[in-house]
Amino acid sequence: MGVFKKNGSQTVWFENPPVIISTASVVGPQEGEGPLGKTFDKVFYDTYCDEETWEKAEQRLMLEAMKKALQKANLQEKDIDFMLAGDLLNQIVSANFTASALSIPFLGLYGACSTMYEGMALGAMLIDGGFAARVLVGASSHYSTAERQFRFPTELGVQRPMTAQWTVTGAGAVVLAEKGSGPVITHATIGRVIDMGQADPQDMGAVMAPAAADTIVRHLQDTGRAYDYYDLIYTGDLGTYGKKLADHLLRQQGYDISDRFTDCGILIYSGAQDVHAGGSGCGCSAVVTCGYLIEKLKDGSYKRLLGIGTGSLHSPCSVQQGSTIPGIGHALVIEAR
Amino acid sequence: MSEAIVSEKQRKEYAAIVSRVKPKPRVWRNMFWAFVVGGLICLIGQVFYNYFLSLGLSLNQAGAATSSSLVFIAAFLTGLGLYDEVSRFGGAGGIVPITGFANSMVASALEYRAEGLIFGVGARLFTIAGPVLVWGITTAWVAGILYYFFR
Amino acid sequence: MAFFWAFVIGGALCVIGQLLMDLTSYKFTSAHVLVTFVTAGAIISAFGLYQPLVKLAGAGATVPLTGFGHLLAQGALNGVKENGILGAFSGGVTAAAAGITAAVVFGYLAALAFKPRG
Repeated sequence: MGVFKKNGSQTVWFENPPVIISTASVVGPQEGEGPLGKTFDKVFYDTYCDEETWEKAEQRLMLEAMKKALQKANLQEKDIDFMLAGDLLNQIVSANFTASALSIPFLGLYGACSTMYEGMALGAMLIDGGFAARVLVGASSHYSTAERQFRFPTELGVQRPMTAQWTVTGAGAVVLAEKGSGPVITHATIGRVIDMGQADPQDMGAVMAPAAADTIVRHLQDTGRAYDYYDLIYTGDLGTYGKKLADHLLRQQGYDISDRFTDCGILIYSGAQDVHAGGSGCGCSAVVTCGYLIEKLKDGSYKRLLGIGTGSLHSPCSVQQGSTIPGIGHALVIEAR
Repeated sequence: MSEAIVSEKQRKEYAAIVSRVKPKPRVWRNMFWAFVVGGLICLIGQVFYNYFLSLGLSLNQAGAATSSSLVFIAAFLTGLGLYDEVSRFGGAGGIVPITGFANSMVASALEYRAEGLIFGVGARLFTIAGPVLVWGITTAWVAGILYYFFR
Repeated sequence: MAFFWAFVIGGALCVIGQLLMDLTSYKFTSAHVLVTFVTAGAIISAFGLYQPLVKLAGAGATVPLTGFGHLLAQGALNGVKENGILGAFSGGVTAAAAGITAAVVFGYLAALAFKPRG
């Protein structure tokens, strides 16, 4: 059997584009105080989110986002065919433990910070492939759990380089459905893993920028579209310097998209928040997409978005052993309907 | 192999672009604050030292009492979540003094408290302090042994 | 004058630590700085070059972690003088015992008494 719904080398298109019938975002204090604060469904004003540990807090964020997304769509757990979710912690415990509190068949994902986009792409495929009517997708991250696992204990006195990013404390969830009202996902471009030889875990923008640029170029080639078909092209968490690098790489290949190019990691915080190069983490693209960007599609400010969830695929162990860090980027086309 | 494999040349070119875009650390500013913060901590140490001497302690006793006092203060400030701000601001000024050593012990132990008193607090106290003791004690031992044979 | 030199020498040692981090684009972490300082302090001290600095700067030389290395090295050397080769094993830690015990005990208590704040 031939491949019917794939264009070019990496892009799939959906015959009946799955609908994003509801989204939810739950964040921590720093994100709540940021410029997008009003676009989130719930803000916790304590990083522990009324829990004992930060790990439990992250699960709480994800569970609340999942439940809120169901509630906004007037759905019960039994109405969902599959749940797809992931996070940054070892063995994706936040997603696994959240799934144990929801009685929905579950597939755990790891795409580092690109997990939300990986999940939405797979969810859309499940629906358009006829395997599911409704899929719940989510991703979470927490500054303190990620900092502890990937970098230093939070109370350790360290200076962060200007390229370091601030892991977003937050979780986003979407309900994708076969039919309904809301923005639709029309295409997904699955990224290749690209290792450009960068090895600095404090500069993940430089790790991910080549992967993001590669996926954008592939997407435009596969679909035959000009970049200005989209009102906005955004990446998940390249941060200030990563975005500059992606811009540069795209220009080298003949694409100047800078008039409509932004990054969720830049949008989520203001310059005054001492977050250095911007936000990062699974939660970054998840909450900005589920809050701000979907809102902008609904109020008509944007009609067509090209979003690239970006991920830095290292582990603390690979970094300690001096391995270089590969990056990935998955693109989705989200259009207002 | 497939074209996804990036060539060495591409990597080198990319590394050059990255180092051009990468912001330089604000070295002079960082040095200034490291000097001020580190100097102040040592100054406080001197105040303690003089005070303990004035109580009639010997030089060695006063030194030990000074270190212990500074360690206590740093442990307390770390617990309150304030010491990481000292180093975030002062950089090495907060890391190099013995207060930074104490901070490194408490920060690791505190963070993993939820993993219990043995593998959590007990083991993690030495995440950074362990290497420091290993290197310090071994170097001193080597110095002692060499001194024994070659004095 | 003691206070002036404590400030200046202590501050200068910290500047060296800062340069180690800044000039290696932070590949040198705080743990690397601490280990480097304690080791460097022990070596310099073994050659008899650290004691003059302590004499000049007091706490400015003893409070930075090079001072901890100095304490360990002098302890080991004095141990050898008093007890022969066995002193190399006992002298260092004995001299630094107060600092080590304070760090362990206060560290343990602080970890029990507080909750990390992020």
